[in-house]
Amino acid sequence: MLKSKTFVKKTRSGGVMKVVREHYLRDDIWCGSEICTECKQDSTVLQRDACIESNLCTFPHYLVPDTNVVLHQIDVLEDPVICNVIILQTVLQEVRHRSAPVYKRLKDIIHEQGRHFYTFTNEHHRETFIEREPGESANDRNDRAIRVAVKWYSQHLKTDESGPDGVRVVLLTNDQGNKQKAEDNGLLVYRFEEYIKSLIANTELVDRLALSNEDKNEIASSKILFPEHLPLSKIQAGIKSGSFIQGTFRASRDNYLEATVFVQGEGEDSNEVLIQGLQNLNRAVHQDVVAVQLLPKNQWVAPSSVVLQDEGAAKDDDVDGDEEEKLLKQSLTKSTRKATGKVVGIIKRSWRPFCGMLNVSQIKESTRHLFTPADRRIPRIRIETRQASTLAGQRIMVAIDGWPKDSRYPNGHFVRSLGNAGEKDTEEEVLLLEHDVPHQAFSQAVLSFLPKMPWIITPEDMAQRQDLRHLTVCSVDPPGCTDIDDALHCRELENGNLEVGVHIADVSHFIRPGNALDKEAANRGTTVYLCGKRIDMVPELLSSNLCSLRSNVERFAFSCIWEMNHNAEILKTRFTKSVINSKASLTYAEAQMRIDDTNKNDDITKSLRGLNKLAKILKRKRIENGALTLSSLEVRFHIDSETHDPIDLQTKELKETNSMVEEFMLLANISVAQKIYDEFPECALLRKHPAPPPSNYDILMKAAKSKNVTIHVDSAKALADSLDGAKVDGFQYFNTLLRILATRCMMQAVYFCSGMDSDFHHYGLASPIYTHFTSPIRRYADIIVHRLLAVAIGADSTYPDLMDKHKQSALCNNLNYRHKMSQYAQRASVAFHTQLFFKTRGILNEEGFVLFVRKNAIIVLIPKFGLEGTVFFDSKDKASPKLVFDEEGPTLKVEQHTFNIFDKVKVTISLDDSNIQHQKIRMALIEPVIPGVSVPVPEAEPQAKKQKLDR
Amino acid sequence: MAGLELLTDQGYRLDGRKASELRKFQARMGVFAQADGSAYLEQGNTKALAVVYGPHEIRGSRSRALHDRAVINCQYSMATFSTAERKRRPHGDRKSTEMSLHLKQTFEAAVMTQLFPRSQIDIYVKILQSDGGNYSVCVNAATLAVIDAGIPMRDYVCACTVGFVDETPLADLCYAEESGGVSSLALALLPRGGQIALVQMDARLHQDHLETLIEAAMTACKGVSKVLDEVVRQHLQEASVHSRE
Repeated sequence: MLKSKTFVKKTRSGGVMKVVREHYLRDDIWCGSEICTECKQDSTVLQRDACIESNLCTFPHYLVPDTNVVLHQIDVLEDPVICNVIILQTVLQEVRHRSAPVYKRLKDIIHEQGRHFYTFTNEHHRETFIEREPGESANDRNDRAIRVAVKWYSQHLKTDESGPDGVRVVLLTNDQGNKQKAEDNGLLVYRFEEYIKSLIANTELVDRLALSNEDKNEIASSKILFPEHLPLSKIQAGIKSGSFIQGTFRASRDNYLEATVFVQGEGEDSNEVLIQGLQNLNRAVHQDVVAVQLLPKNQWVAPSSVVLQDEGAAKDDDVDGDEEEKLLKQSLTKSTRKATGKVVGIIKRSWRPFCGMLNVSQIKESTRHLFTPADRRIPRIRIETRQASTLAGQRIMVAIDGWPKDSRYPNGHFVRSLGNAGEKDTEEEVLLLEHDVPHQAFSQAVLSFLPKMPWIITPEDMAQRQDLRHLTVCSVDPPGCTDIDDALHCRELENGNLEVGVHIADVSHFIRPGNALDKEAANRGTTVYLCGKRIDMVPELLSSNLCSLRSNVERFAFSCIWEMNHNAEILKTRFTKSVINSKASLTYAEAQMRIDDTNKNDDITKSLRGLNKLAKILKRKRIENGALTLSSLEVRFHIDSETHDPIDLQTKELKETNSMVEEFMLLANISVAQKIYDEFPECALLRKHPAPPPSNYDILMKAAKSKNVTIHVDSAKALADSLDGAKVDGFQYFNTLLRILATRCMMQAVYFCSGMDSDFHHYGLASPIYTHFTSPIRRYADIIVHRLLAVAIGADSTYPDLMDKHKQSALCNNLNYRHKMSQYAQRASVAFHTQLFFKTRGILNEEGFVLFVRKNAIIVLIPKFGLEGTVFFDSKDKASPKLVFDEEGPTLKVEQHTFNIFDKVKVTISLDDSNIQHQKIRMALIEPVIPGVSVPVPEAEPQAKKQKLDR
Repeated sequence: MAGLELLTDQGYRLDGRKASELRKFQARMGVFAQADGSAYLEQGNTKALAVVYGPHEIRGSRSRALHDRAVINCQYSMATFSTAERKRRPHGDRKSTEMSLHLKQTFEAAVMTQLFPRSQIDIYVKILQSDGGNYSVCVNAATLAVIDAGIPMRDYVCACTVGFVDETPLADLCYAEESGGVSSLALALLPRGGQIALVQMDARLHQDHLETLIEAAMTACKGVSKVLDEVVRQHLQEASVHSRE
């Protein structure tokens, strides 16, 4: 083994420091090829007959991409056609340094066995290591290192007497200089595009090629639309001196010319900067990290209440934005002006592949088309494809390659097709992809950690658990629920007190820390419930069978047992792992019927009545403490069992039993939270709900004021009390509406690790400490809490990651993200099904309430369907009515009529499928009647009306 | 993805070693004529000089003398030019004092002190260049110096630091690895009997991992002892050739 040293100089923040590191060169790094007889390797990766059929290379060959090829063309490299590739360590390191997501994807490919990607550690190989020469830049050195490695490979493989048709090595690079030098050295080298285009029978790969710099120049005209981005060094200097601000760019959903930049401050002082107009937005895309310069105060504007969508047809780089921009700059009251700025540079792009649809260009032969993403916050993307006719009407994925300053739209390339638009499966796929929900089937590795069937309870299991099979335990869930994770019991003790038990499925018994099953569950984070579909967090065997606490089978549980007196005061709390045998799986309605039926007096019913009585006391206490009862409308679809289309929908109604179960779950969660926090103050996983800043309540207070109701928001208690007292005669729905509004004012509740935070308070529940313990089948956080609790009571052993607060904290971030995304996906799924529902229904005629008032529209809530929709008062091809908007009310005066929040209106509902990608629920006003704005009541021939509605 | 990748998927470390491989050793014994024993040791880029005086009479206050064995006096210091940023105080700071104490404990376990009652053995170690694993390099250098001085020991004392990355123990950490947030453990071993002279760890590590880590450290120490043994034999051979001439 040869050892040698090199010296590397490195600058660190501040001064210059000389860093000396050893660098060992080895002679035991093998080439990884099957045909090699020289290397003493145990296993080979690269195949003997490495054949990708290509016009350029008719012989077997291995590919060596350089760094830029990997960085820009990862979409192509991911295609299973591309195999037998040598990834040099130099390339891998550079990729790691430059783009973490690409690095992750590259590593995933390398790990795929069937792809034959081999990592060659050329930097530590005796013959391929080179030292940087004086005057040579780091990039040049790396390029040279790549060439040296390719040279070594070609010689190494040639000496194997494999004859003229031996395997050759092909260097792929897009760098002209590099290519030239490589050719001078006698290497086989191609440009990446050249090579991919030469592939036989893989023409669709060409579409996935990202545009390289030269191609980009061709596309765009010479007109410069955007100001130049500043280089990173200037941005950093600017941020340091305070002239620029760094923040996350968030495009507005409603208005494509407007965005906010969210600036993360220390603690409370995070704020937002408003950006308006194409020039100022300066090619930033939703979620990018950008540098912003504030405009002088006299140019500050207020966020516009206009709802604007980029409807401009595929006219290239048209300046159709101008008119709309003017629209933005209309009368603005000074008071609402906000800090306004412009984007001067991009610090970090967060481009990912976007789902959407192709707007096929009007010119038939054109290969350039605009792509409209499903997410309205993402600008349209121009892509080049030869298969436009097949892709039209399909949902596709597209990645952005770049956004030159003379192009109205970013340039991108096609990644893959998802299926025909409008089909339920495709739309569901889009929905899941757009919300980043992992939804592939569980891999074999994951399934291998499932318990072997038939599963039986062994005596060893029994020895470690308390036998609670004799108790009258029952579960209460929504109808059709197969993943039952909680069950309850209540019985009277000899001393007159009550014993109440909450039994939670013992998922952590089956999912052991660190194995593939556990990692998969941790990544998924939560089960996602879509309408008529469930994306499980754990495989079905566990979720619907072994862990599900079904009736009349023996199941493992984690029990939380309290001794309470009749005033629901806790006298004793006990946690134990147990075996239970549920006596009945009830639905909420069934449980309610049992409680109400005075003739029934069996054990289950008695137990339920006891629970119900205690739950009422608990709820009263909780509300006295200032817990909020908020409201949001949830709808359930009745789904046709054959077609899986929704045939009817109803809003969810709450029964007493719902709140009974909820009370005990809350109680269990709080008890467990206290226990694990006492035991592990540094690494308990808890859940908090921060109090919202007072400004969040503005809209609620204004709205209430318009009905002469005052809302106090000083504390949760005050808010709860004033919400309870808020009543308007003859307007029963007012209170619910207020609660819906109040819900929108709240902050997100989040998981966190107790060692990393000091504020534990749960605002909504008015509890000083809270966690999630009761649904381990569908939430990963609960599994961690189970493990912590198990360690705390000595029922299980600890493991390293559980006690590491940094790892816990990282896990919490993932869980919060997944949780948020699953909620969005759920909402999107409901919206999609609502659309399906209205598609079959035709035009309906419903009563609703104004929920928000915007500058050119009102947002109407229809309680019957829990549906929200927008009624626009202006449109492009029609003279708009006279609109007067008052910020203070807020009110909107349309011609003669003034709209207030909470006004009762009548609207027609129809589905606007003129744009298949964004099928929208259209609402049009019927009552109050405003000439020229409202539409007549639709009675007959809905088809004719639709024309009018589409406007 | 911040920080350095300490162990690649191919199993190579930052400097190209595999997980269980030690750095390159270079050693010389008897570098100074004045002292009773001396040695110079390079372990990669960490370089140490060890000097031994004694056994001799107790210097200073006689009350320190022990009636049944020798007193071992250790002093550890770092040259001002040993680190990337120039050091202000070569010795006497808390870290050095702690290190001196550790060295003392290590050698009290290895040197057969009971042969020299009421006397004193001085071991001075200086780090000339520091690149991780200072403690272990000092112990290894001091072992050679003690042998050079002809002081009887139970066995070679061999030391090695090991770290824990991606469920894999890494032997003989360099500075970049030590500062990369790795839980590291230093272990001094009397390899033949497998007795541990000293274990030191001040990072957090889960109990389950401790055994594998100690196992790896002991294997590494045995590797060190082989190298040291070779050095000593080489030195003796050279010395005997010289004396014959």
